[in-house]
Amino acid sequence: MLMIECPHCGVRPEGEFTYGGQAHVPYPEDPQALTDEEWAQYLFYRDNPKGTFRERWVHSAGCRKWFNAIRDTRTYDITSTYLGAAPAEANSTQGAQ
Amino acid sequence: MTTAQGSGQRALPPHPSFLWRNPDPRNSYDVVIVGGGGHGLATAYYLAKVHGITNVAVLERGWLAGGNMARNTTIIRSNYLWDESAAIYEKSLKLWEGLEDELGYDIFFSQRGVLNLAHTLQDQRDSVRRVEANRLNGVDAEYISPEQVKEVCPIINISQDIRYPVMGATYQPRAGIAKHDWVAWGYARRASELGVDLIQNCEVTGFDMDGDRVVGVRTTRGNIKAGRVALAAAGHTSTLTELAGFRVPIQSHPLQALVSELHEMIHPTVVMSNHVHVYVSQAHKGELVMGAGVDSYNGYGQRGSFHVIEHQMSAAVELFPAFSRAHLLRTWGGIVDVTLDASPIMGLTPVDGMYVDCGWGTGGFKAVPGAGFAFAHTIANNEPHELNRPYSLERFVTGELIDEHGAAAVAH
Repeated sequence: MLMIECPHCGVRPEGEFTYGGQAHVPYPEDPQALTDEEWAQYLFYRDNPKGTFRERWVHSAGCRKWFNAIRDTRTYDITSTYLGAAPAEANSTQGAQ
Repeated sequence: MTTAQGSGQRALPPHPSFLWRNPDPRNSYDVVIVGGGGHGLATAYYLAKVHGITNVAVLERGWLAGGNMARNTTIIRSNYLWDESAAIYEKSLKLWEGLEDELGYDIFFSQRGVLNLAHTLQDQRDSVRRVEANRLNGVDAEYISPEQVKEVCPIINISQDIRYPVMGATYQPRAGIAKHDWVAWGYARRASELGVDLIQNCEVTGFDMDGDRVVGVRTTRGNIKAGRVALAAAGHTSTLTELAGFRVPIQSHPLQALVSELHEMIHPTVVMSNHVHVYVSQAHKGELVMGAGVDSYNGYGQRGSFHVIEHQMSAAVELFPAFSRAHLLRTWGGIVDVTLDASPIMGLTPVDGMYVDCGWGTGGFKAVPGAGFAFAHTIANNEPHELNRPYSLERFVTGELIDEHGAAAVAH
């Protein structure tokens, strides 16, 4: 079981959390303007890197607030959790080996 | 119904080192298949056998059939809801029924049936609907009562005094299990005999392109020219398509399974339960083989979290009280490639000459013969077989999704 640091409640076991997939995927500003292809990208396509991944979790059995985590999908190590926008080091590790 | 009881100990097949050649890669092939698991090996076999294309290499990053092919729970069935699914899974089941003769190799295919349990009123309704859909598609299926469940599988607990009592089940008598390693070895041996080069410890690190067309693969064992490239890499498909410059709508998750130590034959069928997330059969040697749901997070680590196993075991022990005396021998994880409609992706890609077979998620083993058969056709003809035409990448744009969350059984 992962140990996850909720920014509000501290380190808690994974069983208290629910996963939310890739972080920082904004809802399209003007959905009506999207092509079918662009809408498909928004609906169905997410990054799936083998390496560093910025992802959402919600502390569903605790404070019930959403936050983001940076986790390595090979080792499952969580290097940090944070609220709001991504830290400066950008989410540019897609496909990293 | 046939059971493993009385089948006795059967002879082991020849040692796998001697079942196929282990050639060095040549510098050019008509078709390069990336991924030496069940799907890749079956695809290579049907390319050679059905389409006469034998200048083929299968590149495997690790050892042959050492990924999900070595990690699944070997359940074979075709009782899916939608027409598109019934077509390809039933084709696969029919191929399974002739596979030992086809390959000239014992794979311990045992049609011991599968029960998919219903624990809620909604489960019952969905199950009856699926049974009726199965029958319309020529898939053997019936909806049975808890008492009939008990007749098929005497060790199951049908007491009403448990958290999720058994309220009924769908039953597909032609479903079953097979010995996964031997399936891979059987395909590998015949493919190798037909001229296919099976190349292990050979990781793909890039693709050579000529405009929009793929013309070769770069590997840890050198560059290889390729007329066509077929991806059959399951949970690692995203890492390959990123190298080729396009994306697939899959997420890779750990999926865990486990076995007990060897026991006398006590479990004559296969039991699956969506609602409480466990599926169990008993292997020919006697291990109880159980699978869980996927871990919720994306992962490539071939291991998952312990609480998932704990959840699965609590369900198993309630359904099968006798299991409380069994000991856990081993647990492991594989990396499954999950799509949002719980259906696979198979067909052409945005890259000319490149084909993809992925997204089988938690249920790829049963599809090995059918997927290999259809994927070989797709590669040979540069267009999908009727069986996999609905499974194109385009369906995510057109919206023609094939929602199999109900019948895909494991938590997707």
